Amino acid sequence: MNELQFLTWVRGPGLDIAIGIFLLGVIWRLFEIYTLGRRKDLAAPRRAAGASGLHTVFRRSLPPPGMMKRSPVSYIGGYIFHIGLAVIVFLGAPHIMLIANLTGLSWPGLPAQIIGLVTVVTMAAMLAMLVDRINKPAKRFLSTFEDWFTWAVTFLPVLTGWLTVQHLLLPYTTMLTLHILSAEILLIVLPFTRLFHTFTLFGSRWYNGSANARKGVPV
Amino acid sequence: MQGPLIESLARQGVSRRTFLKYCATLASMMALPPAAGLAMAEAMAAARRPSVIWLPFQECTGCTESITRSHSPTLEGMIFDMISLDYQMTLMAAAGFQAEEALHNAMKDNAGKYLLIVDGSIPLGQGGIYSCHAGLSSLDMLKEAAQGAAAIVAVGTCAAYGGIPKANPNPTGAVSVSDIVKDKPIVNIPGCPPIPAVMTGVLAHYLTFGSLPELDDKGRPRAFYGETIHDRCYRRPFYDQGKFAKTFDDEGARRGWCLFELGCKGPVTHNACATTKWNGGTSWPVESGHGCLGCSEPDFWDAGGFYKALSMPADPLKFAAAASVAGAATGGAISLANRAKKGAARSAHETITLADLEK
Repeated sequence: MNELQFLTWVRGPGLDIAIGIFLLGVIWRLFEIYTLGRRKDLAAPRRAAGASGLHTVFRRSLPPPGMMKRSPVSYIGGYIFHIGLAVIVFLGAPHIMLIANLTGLSWPGLPAQIIGLVTVVTMAAMLAMLVDRINKPAKRFLSTFEDWFTWAVTFLPVLTGWLTVQHLLLPYTTMLTLHILSAEILLIVLPFTRLFHTFTLFGSRWYNGSANARKGVPV
Repeated sequence: MQGPLIESLARQGVSRRTFLKYCATLASMMALPPAAGLAMAEAMAAARRPSVIWLPFQECTGCTESITRSHSPTLEGMIFDMISLDYQMTLMAAAGFQAEEALHNAMKDNAGKYLLIVDGSIPLGQGGIYSCHAGLSSLDMLKEAAQGAAAIVAVGTCAAYGGIPKANPNPTGAVSVSDIVKDKPIVNIPGCPPIPAVMTGVLAHYLTFGSLPELDDKGRPRAFYGETIHDRCYRRPFYDQGKFAKTFDDEGARRGWCLFELGCKGPVTHNACATTKWNGGTSWPVESGHGCLGCSEPDFWDAGGFYKALSMPADPLKFAAAASVAGAATGGAISLANRAKKGAARSAHETITLADLEK
């Protein structure tokens, strides 16, 4: 298989398979989680001001008092790379073309130079968070294989995409192939690892918030 | 018309100066040192015209058409004439048994020395019946002719990589020359059709140095296939600025912006179109407003659609519906299992009474 055939494979059957597994996994996991159900709480609810699912969805995005000082890399780095990833994926012109091709929906993107800058900043934030995870004993102790693995799977598409656009390291054909392949690995891995928080994050915050609201505790 | 090449050139009114200029151009085009131009001129001028046998197999004659038509009035065309082309079905006056006799004479007289040019793929399906002439299948003919050849030049993507006949689902079982012949030096000159100057360049190299030029990993001369179309494209600055034509008749297309989004395969295609151009340097596909099809790459026909940008998936939602249904079914099954487990736990639950505790 030469590099063009490999590219054709990742653009064709490879992507078919990746999107297939992604959809299967996402629908399976969501179905499973939301049909678990909970017993009806028979106690009378104790409402308190500021306690609700919606409040919690927003509140949990803010650092609790004192935490920003104790773990600045986690919060600042976390914000930067999450926003960066969203900008790259949803405002990068080639990605918008891909989404338009899949769904027919399209919107204006950002210039390539700005996306390039965001990409570099995103990679820097992710690397800083990796170093922080390695350096801080508590974080290192709490990290499992899944944490390192999901970091790598998220980082690789960003790195290969940047190398492709900048024409660095490998010939364009090979680099583009590796970029698409790494994104496919991310798609396959996403539903079955902690990366599934992209889908469950707000739902679980809402659930916890409303459960706490019944108990009258705004957390 | 035997004798040194320079004499037959002089007979046709080609001056020594013109000939030297031609050699220098060829040498520089192939990125050879300046002295090579002179060496080339000396070697070619003195060269006895080598016997060339051109075998057409499963092909459309486009390669021959390209070489003859676009170059007949130029020096390249004359060099082409100056080779002793002993067998070329399309161009030769002889036909039938006469033609076959010429072929066999050339093979016998120049055994081990002739240059074999092949265009077209070789079908292996049904015992090779898809392409036969003079009672022989292409496969048998190639094997026979390859035995006495000094080297083989596979002209066009069909001969080099199987080309369009090999396109999915490859009904004739087409393969390339290098799939069949393993013990002879082979140069691939892919393209649909290939650039005439590339072919004459390879022949000139062979005449001058007695060897074939340096090849890349796909058997192509590096001098012509060393860079991608995209690397040398005059529209490249627009790519770098992110200025793309969105349709073939929009403002971007009129301004000559990059054709990447219209499916141009320039970034993954190695060929010399962007520098040597076509029709005596008149133009080339991208200059005429159409993206590169990638015709000098193996299996270009099946590379996911000519008008789909390289970053575009070929058919990404093929399994989407089936996968969604399977996902829902799996989720549903697990959810039912969970419910059954909860139900079983509930029914297995025994109420503890005060009397139980006092036991």
